[in-house]
Parts: sequence; C-alpha cells; structure tokens
Amino acid sequence: MFEEFKWLPDQASTVAPQVDALFMFIVAITVGITALVCFLTILFVVMFKRKSDDHIPKPLHGNVPLEIFWTVIPVAICLVMFAWGVKVYSNIIVPPADAMDIYVVGRQWMWKIQHPEGQREINTLHVPIGRAVKLTITSEDVLHCFSIPAFRVKQDAVPGRYTSMWFNATKAGVYQLYCSEYCGTEHSRMIGKVVVMEEADYQKWLSEGAESGLALQGRKLFTKLQCITCHTGNAEAKAPNLEGIYRRHIPISHMDGKKAPDGTKVFADDKYLRESILYPNAKVAAGWESIMPSYQGEVTEEELLQVIGYIKSLQQGQTPPRIENTPTPAAIQDQNPRKEDKK
Amino acid sequence: MTSLGLQTKEIDHGHSHEVSEPVNYLNCDHSFKSWLLSLDHKRIGLMYLVTITLAFMLGGIMAGVVRLELVTPKGDVVSSDTYNKSFTSHGVVMLFFFLIPSIPAVLGNFVLPLMIGAKDVAFPRLNLLSFYIYLLGAIIAMTALLLGGVDTGWTFYTPYSSTYSNSYVTVMAIGLFITGFSSILTGLNFVVTVHRMRAPGLTWFRLPLFIWALYATSVVQLLGTPVIAISLALVGVERVLGVGIFDPRLGGDPVLFQHLFWFYSHPAVYIMILPSLGLISDVIATFSRKNVFGYHIIAFSSVAIAVFGFIVWAHHMFTTGLSPYAAMVFSMLTFSVAIPSGIKVFTWLATMWRGAISYETPMIYAIAFIGLFTIGGLTGLFLSTLGTDIHLHDTYFVVAHFHYIMVGGAILGYMAGIHFWWPKITGRMYSEFWGRLSAGIIFIGFNFTFFPQFILGYLGMPRRYHEYPEELQVLNVFSSAGATVLAVGYLMPLFYFAHSFFFGKKAGSNPYGATTLDWTETSSPPSPHNFEKTPVVTEEPYIFHGKEAAVVSH
Repeated sequence: MFEEFKWLPDQASTVAPQVDALFMFIVAITVGITALVCFLTILFVVMFKRKSDDHIPKPLHGNVPLEIFWTVIPVAICLVMFAWGVKVYSNIIVPPADAMDIYVVGRQWMWKIQHPEGQREINTLHVPIGRAVKLTITSEDVLHCFSIPAFRVKQDAVPGRYTSMWFNATKAGVYQLYCSEYCGTEHSRMIGKVVVMEEADYQKWLSEGAESGLALQGRKLFTKLQCITCHTGNAEAKAPNLEGIYRRHIPISHMDGKKAPDGTKVFADDKYLRESILYPNAKVAAGWESIMPSYQGEVTEEELLQVIGYIKSLQQGQTPPRIENTPTPAAIQDQNPRKEDKK
Repeated sequence: MTSLGLQTKEIDHGHSHEVSEPVNYLNCDHSFKSWLLSLDHKRIGLMYLVTITLAFMLGGIMAGVVRLELVTPKGDVVSSDTYNKSFTSHGVVMLFFFLIPSIPAVLGNFVLPLMIGAKDVAFPRLNLLSFYIYLLGAIIAMTALLLGGVDTGWTFYTPYSSTYSNSYVTVMAIGLFITGFSSILTGLNFVVTVHRMRAPGLTWFRLPLFIWALYATSVVQLLGTPVIAISLALVGVERVLGVGIFDPRLGGDPVLFQHLFWFYSHPAVYIMILPSLGLISDVIATFSRKNVFGYHIIAFSSVAIAVFGFIVWAHHMFTTGLSPYAAMVFSMLTFSVAIPSGIKVFTWLATMWRGAISYETPMIYAIAFIGLFTIGGLTGLFLSTLGTDIHLHDTYFVVAHFHYIMVGGAILGYMAGIHFWWPKITGRMYSEFWGRLSAGIIFIGFNFTFFPQFILGYLGMPRRYHEYPEELQVLNVFSSAGATVLAVGYLMPLFYFAHSFFFGKKAGSNPYGATTLDWTETSSPPSPHNFEKTPVVTEEPYIFHGKEAAVVSH
C-alpha cells in the first residue's frame, strides 16, 4: 500500500509543467498566508491572554493604512493568479492548427474511441508522443467527463453537442483515464488507460487490425443513409454540394423555420455538420429547399462522426456516383464489419 | 441590568422548579401542545435544533458509509448503487436539511429578536409555518430515502436526473421544493424583522455583526431559493411528463440545468457560511473584550459577499464547454469574493490584537474556525484560477475545499454559536473541560479527514468514486481514520449538553460579560416575551469599557 504512494501525478503533457508551475505558485502564496494567519492567531491568543476578571483592554476602531494594505495586496495577488491562470488556460483549450483528430463517444459506462485511420478502441486511447492530438467528444446518454490527470486536462462529454480538448503527450507510458463527471451506477468503472507510444510504434499499432479508415466508413454510410440521393454534387442535386465545404462560411437562408437576415453565414465546422444532419431545419443553406429529413435516432454518435469524417475529407469532384440499386443493409454490414460485433 | 434581579438563588434539583424559578420561556408551559403550536421564536428555534440535529446524525451516518467503503480500493462494503445513494443522501441531508437551516433557523430564530431588542420576529405565525413546511419537506425527502433513495448526487445534474436515473428523484425534488419555501419564508421574516422591529436607538450601524450577516443571508435566501425550486420543478416536469427541457433527445439543453442550479447553489454556499462569519465576529469580540476592528468594513463585506455570490455561478462549469470568454469573466468575478473574505480574517486578528482573551469553548471554536476558514477560502483560489481548475475540477480537491468551508467554516461557526448561546438558551453552563476537549478532537479529526483529500485531488482522484486505483489507498485510509475521530468529537456535545441541561451550573444572565442586548437585557433563559421593558440603545454594540462584567467563575 505504501510503496505506490506519491505526492504528485505523472507529468506527461506539454501543459502539465505549466499547470504545475502555476499550482506551486498558488501553493506558495496560500501556504504563506495560512502560516501567517495561524502564527498571528496563536501569538495573539497567547500574548493577549486575559489577565484578570476586570481586565478591559482599550478599544481600537480601525487603522486606515492597515486596512488599505490588506485589501490592496490581496487584490494584486489575485490579479496575478487570474492573469497567469488565463494564460495557462488558453494553452489548455486552444489546440494548434495541425493537431491530429481523434473522436471520443462516452456512454454508460464506457469510452468508445475512433481514430481517423479506422482503428477503434474501448476504454483505451493510443496516442503518439510529441504530436498535438485534438479529441472531439460527445456522449450518447448522460454527462461524462474525459479526464487524464497526467496531462492535467479534462473535458465534459455533453450529449447533443461536440466539445473538444487537446494535449501533446511528452512521455511514453500508460496513464490513467477517468470519467470524472458522475454518470450513474458504474461511474467509477468508466475508467481506462491512455497509452502514449513512440511515433513508429503508433504507426505500427494503427496499421494492425485497422479496418478501413474513418472517412471510408463514412462514405459507406453516405450511401447507406441515402445522403447521396440528394447531395449528388452535380446538376441533378436536390441539396447542396458538400465537396470542400468543411471549415467554409456558408450563406444560409432560414434558421429554425424563420427567414434569416440577408447575408447570414455559418461556419461549417463539426458542430454545424452534426446539427444539419440531426436538425436539418436549424440552419438551411441559401438557395435550397428545406426537404431533408431529420436523422435523429437513425444514426449513432459514432456513425455521425464517420459521416462527418467523410464530409471533411470530401474534395472537389469526389462525390461518388449515385448507385441506383442501393445495396441491401446486409451487404453493407458485410462491407463494414463492426469490430464490436465481432467480439 | 434589571433582569439580573430576577435570578433566584441556587435551588434543589428535582422539584418545585416552577415555584422558585422565575417564569421563563422553557418553564412557562410544559404541555406538548404549547411546544408544537408555539409562536415563541425561542421555542421554534429549539424545535429546529432538535430536527436539524437528527438530520445531522443521519447525514453523518451516510458519510460514515462513504468513508468506510473508501478504506479499500475495491467496492467491497456496499454495492455501487448503495454507495451512490449514500453520498447523495449525505449531500442532500447535510445541505438542505442541516446546513441551510442550521444557523439561521436555530440560532437566528433564537437570538435575532433578542439581539435587536424585539419581543419576537415580525411574523410569529409565519415563523411557525416555516418550521412545519421544513418538517413536511423533510418527511417527503425521508420518504424518498426510505422508498429506495436517490442516486443522482446532491447536484441533480441532467439528463441523468431527469431521464436516466431509476431512483426516487421526483419524490426528492418535491421534498426539496417544499423545503425551499421554509427557507424563503424565514428569510422574509428576518428581513422584515431587522427593518421594522429594532429597539429604539438601535440604528443599522449599532447592530451586532451577527445581525448584519443574518440580514445578508436572508436576502440571499429570499432571492436565490425560488430559482432552485423552479429548477427542481423542471426536472420533475421532464421526468414525469416528458417535456423536453434538459434532455437533448427531447430537444432540451443539459447544461441549462447547471446554470439554473448553480445560480442558486453557489449563493446557497453563502447562506451556509455568512451567518458563521458574522457570529464569529461577535464571539471574538466578546472573548477578547474588545470592539470589532473595522466594524463597518465587516458589515459591508457580508453584504458584498452576498451580492458577489450571485454573479459567480458559472465557475462550477469551466469544463462543460463554456465559452472561454465567459470562463474568464467568471474567473475574475470569483476572485472578487476572495477579497471581502480575506478582509474578515484580517479584522478578526486585529480584533484580538491587544485584547483580553479568555479561552472558553466558543472562543476555542472561533480560533479553530479562523484557521480552517482561511484554508478553505485560500484553496478556493486554486479553483477560481482557470489554469488549475481544469485539472482540479470534479476531483477530491473540490471535495476537500468545500468541506473546509462547510465543516471548518459553517459547522464550526455553528458549534461556536451553540456553545456561546447555550447558557442563554438553557440558563445553565456546560462543562468547559468537555467542551474544549470536543473542540480539539473535532479540529484534529477534521484536518485528518479532509487534508489528505487535497492531495488525492491533485493526484486526480475523481469525486463520487465507489472504487479507485490502488495507489490512492494510503491517503484514503488516512481520511477514513480521521473521520472516525471527527465522529467522536461530534458525539461528545450530545452528552455534556444533555448533562448540562439537567444538572449544569446556573449561568446567570451574562456569564461571558458580552455587550449585546441578548445578554445585557434578558435573563437566562429569557422570559417568554424576552424583555421586561423595551430596551433603549444609546451606543455601538461592542463597548466593554465602563461595564461591570457579570463573570461566573468556572
């Protein structure tokens, strides 16, 4: 029991030393103030002990310089903490532009993880060392929280929306992964491991047993879910061409059934794509009829991530030809074997 | 000091109390009905004392289950569901049925009219109604626990509470909804009482600081509680009727609940701690025989904390995907609460400076309070700083931080207050030896229980974990061992208070030589109508000079 004891968690990401430095700064300040307050309390209690029953000390109403001193100094200390805190926080939340994507779906009580290359895993996250990794996180049911103490980062998984977090692992090893937002009976078993590997090992791991990549899985769904029927990308299209729309500003005509002000645009990020699949009327692209059915309840969060992964990868002229004879679901199942089903 | 004349000499125990003792609120009528339907603020205060003590014991037992389970890393004492229900009932019972009513409903009810020279609160019938509303809410909440309990955590986060949980959330929500009205009505009663019923000459800046704190607390209760009542009602509506408010599958927003919940529940923290902050000022002044340093600053800092308390709620939500700009604003606002809290600590030290300090039990509690409240407050800085909060959020660091405020602050303040006014409440002294000993045991047990949790939190141990990795066991064992010591400290007052009630030495009207009206103008215990004649106030509250203190030697 005692041999594993430690005072501080592993320091295994680029932000971890920054968080620790800030933490130690606040420890120094607060331990100093606590020691001062306790010392003075004990000192005064002993020094100013009542001498006799009729000992009545002189009253003291205030001391303006002293009061200004003990107001201004704490204000200054708080401002330093605030500013330093904001600086570290911005490093924690703003991912570098070149961060690689990994997708996380939480559900009672497991973490399901998909890599763009197609690898899927449960309750384990493999990442390469020295590369920025951006996680896009959501939940199928209740709130969860993806928490990696060794990296000093965590992010809630919120059903119905995408949140994101990023890290850059600095030390190879296996680290604890927790769900830190209470999520029901087996909350404390919704744990796992983060495996940080050398780049070469990671590449090897990725290729082992990986099925087709995330985008390719999404492409199959694109056909299966009949997206292709309208989003044909050619003159027959009944819906906008999706080629290259990712991270572009799209003009929209209607929001929630009401006409949007002229010139309204929306940034086509993951959140917008997800919203448009589940709630097509939320923001309708200008120039198109609002005819798309809602896919809410038709696709799982993981499938959504695959479709979005495909749309992200879709370049000019790449929309596949529309196949008149849509393959039967069984045929698709064969093409797209789900790893979980095989287990 | 006319009331002193009413005290009779020492009498034999066992018979003829009514004959030889002057009439007071305890012996004026012994029937059950006279208690249960009493409109006397003092009797209502004591009825609250009995009920919240029972609530405290129930909540304590639940904490015991939690700490016992966490002695080992495996979940081997109770099942996961039982564990989840235990920490939920610990939180719900301690917060809604003990801490929120503790100082306001027990000590506030008893002392507030005495301190301002009033015969009762402004609306005595409403006061009795508040008690029965509290009782009704408590009975419904108990029903939820007896039916099988609630497993959502005291925070009732959606959509778990509104859709997924298979426990008695709706019954509990109804119980808490009803209890909320008790809090609202007590707040209303106190606000009106302080405005309208102060004795002649008792201007706002002659009020004892405990009254300022109770006043600020009452305003928070009045403004904040309706929001939690509405939020819980919405959870019930979604659960029972399936109206989509919080569950995204029904078109709702799960994070909306957190905004609504914390809009009340952060100020609720100040409902629990503010009365203690005021009370400690009174205790320190009395046992240092010195006026409170910076009276106006302390009074205003209570009001400032109450106001700032309403604008910091989103600091509970930094990891929900809140806008980074909102996070910065709420971080900044949160620091603003630190300043008035810090000022209070420094003014207490300055009050003791060159005082004439004696070491009765309430003062021992007050000294322990200063240390623990300082640690509790300063560890809040780690959580208001954005860069460190992300790592610490939802870990045991947060658990430790709020127990330092809630136990080290609110409960120690409450203990100081109960010991301080016990002679006034019962007319008798308790054993100083046992009082000081229990204060010492609570202080040591408390630190052993909760200090290791700061380290556990930085190591990353999440809250509400039934099982945990083995490397975290050492600190958990420390914490559970400390909890045992703490429990012993909590149980001791039950015995020496019971002994004191029947056999304690007569206290006299003002055993500590305090200067406020509750001590100088009433007998112990006070007569049913508090004052023989309405007192007239001519000076500030803490003037010790030129007053012969009625000191009782122990």
